[in-house]
Amino acid sequence: MANLIKGNTGDWEVVIGLEVHAQVSSKAKLFSGAATAFGAGPNEQVSLVDAAMPGMLPVINKECVRQAVRTGLAMGCAINLKSVFARKNYFYADLPQGYQISQYELPVVGEGEITIDLEDGESKQVGIERLHLEQDAGKSIHDQDPTKSYIDLNRSGVALMEIVSKPDMRSADEAAAYVTKLRSILRYIGACDGNMAEGSMRADVNISVRRPGEPLGTRAELKNINSIRFIRQAVDYEVKRQIMLIEDGGEVVQETRLFDSIKGETRSMRSKEDAHDYRYFPDPDLLPLVIESAFVEEMKGTLPELPDTKKDRFISDFGLSAYDAGVLVSERETASYYEAVAAKADPKLAANWVISELFGRLNKAGKDITDSPVSPENLGNLLSLISDNTISGKIAKEVFNEMFETGKDAKDIVEEKGLKQITDTGAIEAIVDGIIANSPGQVEQYRSGKTGLIGWFVGQVMKETQGKANPGVVNQLLKSKLEG
Amino acid sequence: MSLDKKTVARIAHLARIKVPEEDLEPLAGELNNILGFIEQLNEVDTDGVDPLASVVEMNMRQREDAVTDGGYPDRVLANGPETAMGFYTVPKVVE
Repeated sequence: MANLIKGNTGDWEVVIGLEVHAQVSSKAKLFSGAATAFGAGPNEQVSLVDAAMPGMLPVINKECVRQAVRTGLAMGCAINLKSVFARKNYFYADLPQGYQISQYELPVVGEGEITIDLEDGESKQVGIERLHLEQDAGKSIHDQDPTKSYIDLNRSGVALMEIVSKPDMRSADEAAAYVTKLRSILRYIGACDGNMAEGSMRADVNISVRRPGEPLGTRAELKNINSIRFIRQAVDYEVKRQIMLIEDGGEVVQETRLFDSIKGETRSMRSKEDAHDYRYFPDPDLLPLVIESAFVEEMKGTLPELPDTKKDRFISDFGLSAYDAGVLVSERETASYYEAVAAKADPKLAANWVISELFGRLNKAGKDITDSPVSPENLGNLLSLISDNTISGKIAKEVFNEMFETGKDAKDIVEEKGLKQITDTGAIEAIVDGIIANSPGQVEQYRSGKTGLIGWFVGQVMKETQGKANPGVVNQLLKSKLEG
Repeated sequence: MSLDKKTVARIAHLARIKVPEEDLEPLAGELNNILGFIEQLNEVDTDGVDPLASVVEMNMRQREDAVTDGGYPDRVLANGPETAMGFYTVPKVVE
């Protein structure tokens, strides 16, 4: 069996389930008309509902329901036509209501399944348990004053989708691949911007270990991890901690732990221990959420082509490898850029150029594909100049660099700089003859068996033609003349 | 269902309400009276009856996704016992 971890006393299997909190891309909050935009001044985006003033009543935001249903459909989940909001009670300084409005027994979205793509090119199904809508809490800031915490309620009441997986993951890689895929789906359908640095997506990771084939071990929950890299680190650390603990005769305690990204370790959050008695009950301020099947059908119609379907299409229509197709479909913007290039040029060549040349330049310049100085049409034109032998691949890289810097057309650069490939055999032959005549030493060595010298001869021809000679023709001519 | 002193102390702690030790016993008695009153409902056969969400026959109203509220930090903070620089301030709570 794959993915087993060797301990001192035998093999261990890791079991991971994730709860991902994804902020719904809505203008207003889940139950109030206050704004959700990132970066406002303290308490500027707070309504009296969010501050839990007495007598305020929540009214649900239609867009949040829409996005929850669309996300459910994109993950192949069952949609519950009737769902109920419940109060999750706990006491904390940044939770003015004293409870979070969430969904408990009847969430808006039920079971489904997504495919995750692993690094070895394999894929795996991961079950989705549910998706429910809930309010975010406010934010506490602890470093402004030695004895006080500062509370900002701008996030209080912002709509979150909590997406709960089944405990189907068996390694840090699988957990990372799951979050990557989820983020890709959410961004494709526009339900969440997936910006983990700004807190739009965070994960709680449930981890336990067991001997293969045995029942589930006791789990620890790692709270609020906000990057895919940290998820990997946290899982690796926590797995080692649990295995060492058990092998030393100890027991894993069911608890909430915090991942410290600076120290790279997890530690117990004792303060949350008695907070686990949430005393859920249906929120009397809110009627059940009832949606029509016609609405669900309508939402199905609003979904774009999803990453998996697009990947399959890129493989079958364009002949790409699973790996390349996976890279190209991970972001919707990248996929449409690629498709626009492939419409004008050889699709495989287009994939290579987008993945290595374009990504490389964009990375160096710190730019997104959406503000690439080279338009997809223009890149397509450049690639067709390679395919029709107007320029060589090597020259094309030079032209591409200039396109990236100036935004000029490929054709114009080739014309201006006179970079057109010399395919006229007669012209190349004259140059080849000249070089052979002037290099008797090298010719003799070649003829006595040092055939590796062919590279040197090609280099000489290229030097004389400033790289513009068609490499195929040069090779062919050199071989026949040197050997003949 | 009957509450003992310990459970009452726990509920009070969860709600962050300070209840003096000598009040726990009498409070348990009062709460048990209320529970006893409600328990009479158990005599009614409710098999196959959906829980009543509201006495009004209507579905939940939904609002449009538009920013129509907020932008008044002064009003939000007006009732705060202590504020600073646009924040509420509270005794330090750190993990």
